[in-house]
Amino acid sequence: MKARVHVMLKDGVLDPQGEAVKHALHGMGFDAVGGVRQGKVIELDLAEGTSEADVTEMCEKLLANTVIESYRVELL
Amino acid sequence: MKAAVIVFPGSNCDRDLAEGFRKAGLNVQMVWHKDTALPEGIDIVGIPGGFSFGDYLRCGAIAANSPICHEVKAHAERGGYVLGICNGFQVLTETKILPGALLRNANLKYICRTVGLSVAESQSVFTRGYEAGETIRIPIAHHDGNYTADAATLDMLESEGRVAFRYTDNPNGADRDIAGILSANRRVLGMMPHPERACEPAQGNEDGARLFAHLTDVLAEA
Repeated sequence: MKARVHVMLKDGVLDPQGEAVKHALHGMGFDAVGGVRQGKVIELDLAEGTSEADVTEMCEKLLANTVIESYRVELL
Repeated sequence: MKAAVIVFPGSNCDRDLAEGFRKAGLNVQMVWHKDTALPEGIDIVGIPGGFSFGDYLRCGAIAANSPICHEVKAHAERGGYVLGICNGFQVLTETKILPGALLRNANLKYICRTVGLSVAESQSVFTRGYEAGETIRIPIAHHDGNYTADAATLDMLESEGRVAFRYTDNPNGADRDIAGILSANRRVLGMMPHPERACEPAQGNEDGARLFAHLTDVLAEA
């Protein structure tokens, strides 16, 4: 089985990379872009039967820094 | 007084930090990140700057979960002294020994130059060599030095006098110009600037030497 973890900077935390991407898109003429947030996706290959709680624990202990980041777990 | 300097794959200021400790009269041992215990009788642990584990995932995140960091955390919890510089500060926030987190510099650039620091708090073994309010010059070299924490944490750090240093001309966007913070018991200091790179005339700047100078007082007081 697989899990996909989406890690994003929390709302309100300045995301300078997202801002830089937004400026680039505006420079290319994509004026419809109101905001950009850049995060990361981590894919895990897991032993069958691994629970969502296990993946959540991995997020809390390593994959996300919950001071500044939020995360979402997707079991595939 | 005995110091341990932790070495991770990617640490590159470990020998400079050891030299800073030695110049101040400490006996230094280097400790590999896979070690599961600190050497006997260590008084202070130094976590050096660099790029532990290539800054993969997040700066300091993988180092914070290495075997030796469990021991560093236990050392801090029983009242031991810890100094984390640059990547070491990132490790200290990732282990939650110190609050907050370090974000990418607001201008997205790696910054390597000497900056002005205002000494915000002189009441700690690390900062007693300085006058509160004094401005010193210390080099920085980082890409992720933008200190952040929620407003309640920042208020708490300020009201408890735990902001050790502030930038005089904030280079990285850090909340409230914070360059370094102390633990509640004032025995743990984390800071982004590199005092170990400003310790002797050959380095062109000795403002950092005073940060190390009073560490041996701790033994005299004990």
